[in-house]
Amino acid sequence: MRLALGAGIVIGVLAPAVGFFLVQRRQSLIGDGIGHVAFAGVAAGILLDVSPVLTALIAAVLGGVVIEVLRSRGGTAGDQALALVFYTGIAVGVVLVSTAGALNVDLFQYLFGSILTVTRTDLVLIAALGAVGLATVGLLYRALAAVVVDEEGARVAGVPIGGLNIAVAALAAVTVALSMRVVGILLVAALMVLPVSAAGRIAWSMRSTFVLAMGIGLGSALIGLTISYYADLPPGGTIVLVAAAVFGVAVAVSAARGR
Amino acid sequence: MRMTPAVELADVSFGYRPGQRVLEGVTLRLGEGEFVAVAGPNGGGKTTLVRLILGLERPADGRALLFGEPAHRFSQRRTLGYLAQRLELGGDAPATVREVVSAGRLAAGRLIGPGRRRDRELVAEAIERVGLSERADAPLRTLSGGQQQRAFIAKALAGEPSLLVLDEPTTGVDAESQESLAALLDRLHSELGVTIVYVSHEFGAVERFVQRLVLVRRTIIFDGSPQELPGIWHDPSHIHA
Repeated sequence: MRLALGAGIVIGVLAPAVGFFLVQRRQSLIGDGIGHVAFAGVAAGILLDVSPVLTALIAAVLGGVVIEVLRSRGGTAGDQALALVFYTGIAVGVVLVSTAGALNVDLFQYLFGSILTVTRTDLVLIAALGAVGLATVGLLYRALAAVVVDEEGARVAGVPIGGLNIAVAALAAVTVALSMRVVGILLVAALMVLPVSAAGRIAWSMRSTFVLAMGIGLGSALIGLTISYYADLPPGGTIVLVAAAVFGVAVAVSAARGR
Repeated sequence: MRMTPAVELADVSFGYRPGQRVLEGVTLRLGEGEFVAVAGPNGGGKTTLVRLILGLERPADGRALLFGEPAHRFSQRRTLGYLAQRLELGGDAPATVREVVSAGRLAAGRLIGPGRRRDRELVAEAIERVGLSERADAPLRTLSGGQQQRAFIAKALAGEPSLLVLDEPTTGVDAESQESLAALLDRLHSELGVTIVYVSHEFGAVERFVQRLVLVRRTIIFDGSPQELPGIWHDPSHIHA
């Protein structure tokens, strides 16, 4: 449980920090798409008998970059190409897992998260990469926020938009891969989106939204893991339900304030 | 000695698809420090003209230069200020005026890490220039349409631009705010000497401030002082015909 809480702390902060930039750019579902590709990575890890977290990380980063490149092309063709990546990812995953004979309960820990399967090695990897991810977000905050405010204006002024967008995609991919042990591939995108949406209802600036989102993500992860542990519930679903409840409260507060 | 123009389009044609011509044979030369209005009907090619000027598109024929360099690989992009058409914030975060304006310092300042004191000073100065100091920390969505456009103009000014291009800046803004915005641009032009290209489907608000009016409908159909414009064309609906 202590290992899961340690991982939950990192993920609770990292997921909304990265998700903030996806939500502001109306790309909330990109995390979901990367999760589909990460599933193929997990399956490859099981088949090849190497760490599924590592293979999921590699697959997610590659998938994230491909998705961003396709998205930046825009138009109907780009949209269809994104769908192709999403569904190909999950299809490859199912076929590989079936080939490995692992289409069983072990797979559930990656799909829905599992407290008991977080190992010390997992925690070290999550903490190290999480710290790198948060540091990257901190260093690029001003640039990423400027792109959120006015992407076209930033492009005209010579800001390297393509590079920054790839950086966000890679950060999202790392977040998905790191979070799947605790929240699960199918629900990680929710932890990237719900705290940000909740914070946006009650915050007074972009920066306060960013900070509040990380606070809500952290609180949701800790409370959700604790409930999950004592009530013997799946951690991913419990964490996301806590975040959804906070979102509901934020909406009510916002409505009460007449915003 | 002939000065390098801020913008030079020489016999430029452009289409988004093969065989299509959104603009044809456009020749335009804008000197440094000019305040020019570019007007024309919706669908007449104004926004495409802006994209060619800014190097976001490359001409199919002819050449587009910015300060003497090919526009698409202009080396001093940080000196370009651009207010895009119907600009609105994408997500849920309530960005404040100061946060919006700070975004305009990114290209001129450093990309990584926190902003410097000089950046913060220039942001405050730009906010003051557009008369929004008292609302600097207010969420943008709590401001009127005219005030929001002022905030985005301040954002463009924060980068200390040599060329400021505004594409339909008065869309969704009431008539009084349009007048106020035009007067603000006139004052900024006088104080800063920046080249301003004001693009709109109608030019009534800025007509008395600009030195030059360019009418575009696939090609340039008028280029001169607003006073030289035939009386009937002062009715913006005329150029739709």
